[in-house]
Amino acid sequence: MIRLLSAAFAVALLVATPALAHNGVIHLGPINISVPFTRATLPNAPVGGGFLTIENTGTEADRLISATSTVAGDTQIHEMKMEGDVMKMRQLTDGIEIPAGETVELAPGGLHIMFLDLNQPFVEGETVTVTLTFEKAGTVDVPLPVMAAAADGPAEHAGH
Amino acid sequence: MAALKTVRIGLWVAVVALGLTAAAAAVMLRQQQPAEGGFGKGVYSLVDQNGATLDQSMFVGQPTALFFGFTHCPEVCPTTLAEMTGWFEALGDEGKDLKAYFVSVDPERDTPAVLREYVSWVSDRITGITGTPEEIDKIAKAWGVHYERIPLEGADYTMDHTASVFLLDAKGEFQGTIAYREDSAVALGKLRNLLAKS
Repeated sequence: MIRLLSAAFAVALLVATPALAHNGVIHLGPINISVPFTRATLPNAPVGGGFLTIENTGTEADRLISATSTVAGDTQIHEMKMEGDVMKMRQLTDGIEIPAGETVELAPGGLHIMFLDLNQPFVEGETVTVTLTFEKAGTVDVPLPVMAAAADGPAEHAGH
Repeated sequence: MAALKTVRIGLWVAVVALGLTAAAAAVMLRQQQPAEGGFGKGVYSLVDQNGATLDQSMFVGQPTALFFGFTHCPEVCPTTLAEMTGWFEALGDEGKDLKAYFVSVDPERDTPAVLREYVSWVSDRITGITGTPEEIDKIAKAWGVHYERIPLEGADYTMDHTASVFLLDAKGEFQGTIAYREDSAVALGKLRNLLAKS
């Protein structure tokens, strides 16, 4: 009986582990990437934005220098900001510095990955993958779940 | 008798206060008027998402929410359109007279056909508007809307643009704005005010 219970417990752990990995953090050396998501695109909208949080647990600064994806003709690193009531968007050709010990958020209303010339619309419930390259930590694939068109965050962070 | 006098003085104070408020409001409104003939006043000829010709009279006859954007817009435009849909749903019958226009500041890429699918997917209450660059320039100037083409790597470009939603009463007169990502309760309050006045 005890053996059966512990077996059941072990199975439960095995089942739980992928879920934790799914909601959890992607590690790349000292770089941790979390809460990745993108938004469903409207018909004919040829662009999309990717959002995620980058933490640098290391002792030296790193830099996100490029983003690429097969879902778009071009993928760039951008900053959006409001100046008064005017929305301004800029490409960051030098990428984004991730200072040692700090966390940088790519979130709606600010820094984001910009997908241009989309090969297909982003559909809510699906996932698109972006490949991020850091100057020091190297390259990693990050799956971005596609949320609703005006979502502020991934499902578990909805309702902020 | 003394009481009556107090009341009379009180009333005069109220009259003066009202006058001052009106004067201050008039001054503030005048400061918001960039173009001659009043804020939002202009003459232009545009086309809607179905190719029909429209002019400045599109704003007369019903309260209007007016937004300037473009379909290559990654965030502000889809978010605002989704929020507009939420407003229409929340207002229900109360908002049945309200119209919304999405005017493209990128007419070279936003043809009526491109706009039609883009806006109608969000709501059949929002009409997409485009036109020649000259005519778009006229309506943007009338509303004090800033828009500017910003080159990206390669041949691509994006547009900076004013992200506020303008609120117009049934006479087409400017009544206020809803800011980008304004709290939805505040936005709905402004829309209800507009509907009550129209």
